Amino acid sequence: MKDVDFRDNETLDTFKYTDGNFLLTTIDDVIDWGRSNSIWPLTFATSCCGIEMMACGAPRHDFARFGIEVYRASPRQADVIVVAGTIVQKMAPVLKRLYDQMSEPKYVIAMGACAVSGGPFYYNNYHVIRGVDQVIPVDVYIPGCPPRPEALLYGVMQLQRKIKLATIMEAKKIGKR
Amino acid sequence: MDIDKLKEKVIALVPEAELEENKQFLTFFIPAGKFRDLASHLKNDGDLAFDYLFCLSGVDMIKFFMVVYHLRSTTHEHSIVLKVKAENRDNPEVPTICDIWRTAEFHEREAYDLLGIRFANHPDMRRIFLEESWVGYPLRKDYTDEVNIVEL
Repeated sequence: MKDVDFRDNETLDTFKYTDGNFLLTTIDDVIDWGRSNSIWPLTFATSCCGIEMMACGAPRHDFARFGIEVYRASPRQADVIVVAGTIVQKMAPVLKRLYDQMSEPKYVIAMGACAVSGGPFYYNNYHVIRGVDQVIPVDVYIPGCPPRPEALLYGVMQLQRKIKLATIMEAKKIGKR
Repeated sequence: MDIDKLKEKVIALVPEAELEENKQFLTFFIPAGKFRDLASHLKNDGDLAFDYLFCLSGVDMIKFFMVVYHLRSTTHEHSIVLKVKAENRDNPEVPTICDIWRTAEFHEREAYDLLGIRFANHPDMRRIFLEESWVGYPLRKDYTDEVNIVEL
C-alpha cells in the first residue's frame, strides 16, 4: 500500500520510526480489521448458486485470499450467511431460525436473482419467497443467475468495506438494524 | 425386444390399449381397470422384464387428469410409456402401482400433492412437498391464489 493511500499516516510514520515495534491505532480499526478479514460463512446453499459458491471456495478462485475462509456447519460459529439459491415458503422458517441462531455481529449476503427478488420465479408462482429480504435483513445483494465467482468475491469485498465502517460506539445500532 | 414385437405383445395383453403415434417412446393409453394387471405382467414376464419405472408424472389435461408412466427394462434395454386417464375431475383416482415398483410410492405422493390425483390402495397417501395445511393443488390449471401468485 502506498503512503498516500493510507488514511492514517501518523500511525504509519510511528510504525516506521520505531522499526515496526510500536503501533498506535484505534480500537475500532483493530476490531474492524479483525472482523472483516475473518468472515466465516455458514454452510448454506439451496440451489445452483451454491455450486458457484463452492467454486468460489475452490483453488481457482479461492476466496480464502480475502479472509472469507472456513465454512462452518453450525450457525453459532458463523459470521455471514450467503443465501445462495431459491428460498421457498417451506424453507423460509428454516432460514429465519438459522439467522436467529447466529451470534452477533452477523451479516447476510443475498446471492443470485432468487435471493435478491425471487428472480425467474417472480411471476405465476405459488411457493417462492420474492427476495430473501422479506425474511431476514440483507447487507449485500449480488445479482446474477447464478453470479460468477468473481461477482461473489466482489460482494464479499463490499461486505468487508461495510464492516470496516462499523464503530463500537454504534454497536447496538448495528446489532438491531 | 424391438418396438413392433413389443407393440404386438401389449395389444395381445390389453386389446383396448390405444396406440399413440409419433412419440419418442412406444406409447399406449391404457384403461384404468386393466392397468394394474398389465403393469404386473410387464414387470414379471421374462421377455418383457420392465424392472425400472424411471418416471411417473401427473398431467392436468383440463378435461381430465392423466398419469404417465415411463418404464424401462435394464436387461432387455427397451422402454415403453403408459398413460392412464382419471376422468373424474372432482375426484380423480387411478390404481396405485407402488407394490409393483416401489419407487412409485413417492412419485404418486408427488402427483397427489401437486395435482390432487388420488392413488387407490396407496399405503401412505399424503402430501410430500407442501405442508399438510396447504389448501388446493397448485399445479392444477384452475388453481388460483390471490395472495401469493403475481400474474404476468
